[in-house]
Amino acid sequence: MGGCSTRDVIAAVRAGSEAVTEHRDELVRLDREIGDADHGENMERGFRAAVSQVESAPSETPGAVLKLVATTLISSVGGASGPLYGTAFLRAASAVGDVTELDGTAVAAALQAGMEGVTARGKAVVGDKTMIDALSPAVDAAKSAAGSGHGPSGVLAAAAEAAHTGARNTEELVARKGRASYLGERSAGHVDPGARSTALLLGTFAETTGVRR
Amino acid sequence: MSVGLVLVSHSRRLAEGVAELAEQMAPGVRIVPTGGTADGGTGTDFESVSAALEEAETGSGVVLVYDLGSAHMTAELAVEALDDPSGAVVADGPLVEGAVAAAVAAQGDRDKDAVARAAADAVGTDTRQAATSDPESQQPGVVREEIVLDNEVGLHARPAALLSRSLTGMQARVTVALGDKEADASSVLGVMGLGAQKGDRIALRATGPDAVQAVQRITELADNNFDA
Repeated sequence: MGGCSTRDVIAAVRAGSEAVTEHRDELVRLDREIGDADHGENMERGFRAAVSQVESAPSETPGAVLKLVATTLISSVGGASGPLYGTAFLRAASAVGDVTELDGTAVAAALQAGMEGVTARGKAVVGDKTMIDALSPAVDAAKSAAGSGHGPSGVLAAAAEAAHTGARNTEELVARKGRASYLGERSAGHVDPGARSTALLLGTFAETTGVRR
Repeated sequence: MSVGLVLVSHSRRLAEGVAELAEQMAPGVRIVPTGGTADGGTGTDFESVSAALEEAETGSGVVLVYDLGSAHMTAELAVEALDDPSGAVVADGPLVEGAVAAAVAAQGDRDKDAVARAAADAVGTDTRQAATSDPESQQPGVVREEIVLDNEVGLHARPAALLSRSLTGMQARVTVALGDKEADASSVLGVMGLGAQKGDRIALRATGPDAVQAVQRITELADNNFDA
């Protein structure tokens, strides 16, 4: 089982950016239903900027790549996804430290730290119809996969699957955080765009690391 | 120099408009509006908020007031990114009322934590209908006083701020009533919202260990025409 190298993390960020671009219209549509319709555009802009940063500045470690992605998202995304994803990547970067390769346990720990960052920043809990509804089950699945000896791709695959289910389940929820919460009951019946983009990114990260093997 | 204010909105024009309102109430306070994304869209921009923070720093600290969720997060991130994050505080409170309350408090030379509290307390400061039959009025320990306002502007911004500030540190809950409207005396906006003018008779009602002293202070202020 190979670990996840700096180059792998960069490849994952690039694939994440492509996935966000590919699903831009879907994210815009979801956000138009219950938000301000800027999620697709914001995510596309943020991740494009992140890719251009990580490709132009050489990073020594996975942590350094994650940190660069974090600061780029924070400074280039105007909506809530900037500070939220930015904080997630920043905390993930701190969690992995300066190792040169991530094993399954490190990936799970990075996801956990990322989720704690999002929680600290946005104060959302499970059931509020936010990205936490995708991220929280993903972290649980990742920890359990890492605990049973899976490497990065297995951990990410488990996380992605749980995140997809979690995102899908936001459809029936009434939003209690974020712009959608102003809609009250009317927010039910739509998948949360932040949960969707979280699942999308984790799915892409899982595919990228999986393809290598 | 008083505490500086940064108004963080999703819309530049909204931030500028609120700054205009707040400056009217507190002309001596440095108020820096920031809003919109770098490309001119709606949203908040980390770099502009950071720049606004720098501009608003007077040496006495900065209080940030925001409009919606992501403005809050961007404001927090910008504070965390400061060399000294303890120099600024993000205030929870409605943007318009909070900015006005914070500006008035800053004008009154309150420190940044008190200014932030003023913004946060601007939630629900709408004047309420005074209860017609107040059970507490029968209880011992309720101090009442009626005052006729002789000063030119009544309980407008500065007198209201002085009145609220005079209660700082006191263990007393004081309300100010005008006719059937009543406000918490510790809320500058609530007191202002009464709209009490020169010649109006206001009713003070205080409870708590320092009730007598609290009413006395307010009476003295009024006797001096709020010329403190």
